[in-house]
Amino acid sequence: MTATSAPRRAPTNWTAPAMQARVAVRYRRERLFRLAGLGALCLAGLFLAFLLFTIVRTGWSGFRHSEVAVSVVFDAQALGIDPAVARGPGGVEAIRRADFNALMQRSAAAQLGPAADVVSEGAWLDLRAAVLADRGVLGQTRTLWVPVRSNIDLLAKGKFDENEAEVTRGVSNEDIADYHYLEARGLIRTDFNEIFVSAANSTDPELAGIWGAALGSLLTLLVTIGAAFPVGVLAAVWLEEFAGRSRWTDFVEVSISNLAAVPSIIFGLLGLAVFLNFFNMPRSAPIVGGLTLALMTLPVIVITARAAIRAVPGSVRDAALGIGASPFQVVVHHVLPLALPGIMTGTIIGMARALGETAPLLLIGMRAFVADAPKGLTSSATVLPVQIFLWSDDAQRGFVEKTSAAIMVLLVILLLMSSVAIYLRNRFENRA
Amino acid sequence: MTEPCPKLSARNLNVFYGAKQAIKNVSIDISREHVTALIGPSGCGKSTFLRCFNRMNDTIENARVTGEIRLDGRDIHAADMDVVQLRARVGMVFQKPNPFPKSIYENVAYGPRIHGLASGRAEMDRLVEDALRRAGLWDEVRDRLADSGTTLSGGQQQRLCIARAIAVDPEVILMDEPCSALDPVATAKIEELIDDLRGRYAIVIVTHNMQQAARVSQRTAFFHMGAMIEYGETSTLFTNPVQARTKDYITGRYG
Repeated sequence: MTATSAPRRAPTNWTAPAMQARVAVRYRRERLFRLAGLGALCLAGLFLAFLLFTIVRTGWSGFRHSEVAVSVVFDAQALGIDPAVARGPGGVEAIRRADFNALMQRSAAAQLGPAADVVSEGAWLDLRAAVLADRGVLGQTRTLWVPVRSNIDLLAKGKFDENEAEVTRGVSNEDIADYHYLEARGLIRTDFNEIFVSAANSTDPELAGIWGAALGSLLTLLVTIGAAFPVGVLAAVWLEEFAGRSRWTDFVEVSISNLAAVPSIIFGLLGLAVFLNFFNMPRSAPIVGGLTLALMTLPVIVITARAAIRAVPGSVRDAALGIGASPFQVVVHHVLPLALPGIMTGTIIGMARALGETAPLLLIGMRAFVADAPKGLTSSATVLPVQIFLWSDDAQRGFVEKTSAAIMVLLVILLLMSSVAIYLRNRFENRA
Repeated sequence: MTEPCPKLSARNLNVFYGAKQAIKNVSIDISREHVTALIGPSGCGKSTFLRCFNRMNDTIENARVTGEIRLDGRDIHAADMDVVQLRARVGMVFQKPNPFPKSIYENVAYGPRIHGLASGRAEMDRLVEDALRRAGLWDEVRDRLADSGTTLSGGQQQRLCIARAIAVDPEVILMDEPCSALDPVATAKIEELIDDLRGRYAIVIVTHNMQQAARVSQRTAFFHMGAMIEYGETSTLFTNPVQARTKDYITGRYG
């Protein structure tokens, strides 16, 4: 004991009012913190619910369309088809040459009276399809439900306010009169829109479908995953397991991180310069779109795969090396299987981003109007987000509900992709 | 001390981690019949030295080895020495049990499979059973060979690792403090096992535990600050050490 030593402290009084007040403050802060977290979650949930609600409310009717009943006399002579030829080997050609459009117009004029022009310009396709499906209808009379023009369709779905003035209403008095004429006679009905789920784009809203864009997205993503996954994983394996550390690998690492942050439209320019201008690949084709998106996705896959590989414990590598596994065997038998769940998570994130990407695809020409579903990796195609962008830009009223319906399709596909990925990841995790 | 042809020999061995020298000019002959223990205080370089024998130091980025190590008289650093085969001939058991996150069967069968030691399922089954029997684990796991190796207790995992090492039929087994993560009962089992394996494999064991060295080994080398201070018969070294530093260590003066 020296003379300068501090006086003994009084023992802490844990029950003093000041101490109790501090405890109360601590509890209050804790409560506030939790409430703030809950509030943030609720706010996010509210926005999500609002978004989904507005999209579904607008888009739901996109999956339904209105049809009008027309009874058609399939007069082979008037169509210029020889029934014998139609049944023969060149039958399809003969049927394709026939003028079903005129037959449609004649039938509509005869049946629908003043409302003959409600029939969609593409309705004759249904007539041809009926003959192609069954040559026996030639010479017979059939009642077909054919699509109506978009405005009539929207009237049937109650999308217009009929009491509004004609100029601001968006639909003419004649159309309204036609619709009521048909409705009074029970000639119009609204049911599932098989055109929307099976057709590609069209300038007429009632004939436009999402199938072409969905198929385009699928083909594009196949190219993306086929190019980005192996390249990304191999690059990550090499960097983590074989490269060692040097100035050069540091440079590569920094470059990859920077590449992951490059705006997607830049990758579009890169794709335009490399794939279209240098390699002369076809414009607006899934192969080019897929490769461009692969360039964009690659850094994400490399970064997440490296993190997953790094997370594999060193003891596993030691164990395998210790019984004489070659570096290649260590990677393939031990490191990759253990890193796979993490690698897949990164790939899913990259693919989801690629599925929703629009800007780079606009630059490589995927915003072109494509009236047919793509037949291969090199045929013209569009993708879901670009289709949404194009429809949202269209002045015709009928595309409003199509836009929202297309968004619903895109969201459902995203959800499916994530579910499959999470399922696969859990399976691999359990196996390891 | 020196036999006509020792199983392993090191001559003027130095190991550097960057600028730091971890092993200083060590020469040693290791016999095939005996268990050789390497003892010494923490950080004295005994684990580093052990890892020279199967060239596991190659995997450490800035490690550099100079000097010579011979296995059956052949330089293991020679250009025509395949390091992958060397590691099959010189097996290793690590400080922390590190079974693969695969089935017990797969853990043992992996080595023989990659080296092509068994043709056909039946032969592999026999090989796995034999390795597990020799590791004293067979009776405990015979009904659960498909379970993951990581579901076993710590001591069982370490014996599984020993079974995995002997399944490839090595000539030498290196053990790096194999009992430091185990309780006394599991430790006793491993020590018993080491005694059973003696004679069939040359065994080199690094241990912190001097009683363990005295129990399981016939030769002991004492390391201090990267240098080998003394090497000799275990009984002599523990009862009548030549060097003052050895005496200080085994009597608990430091370490």
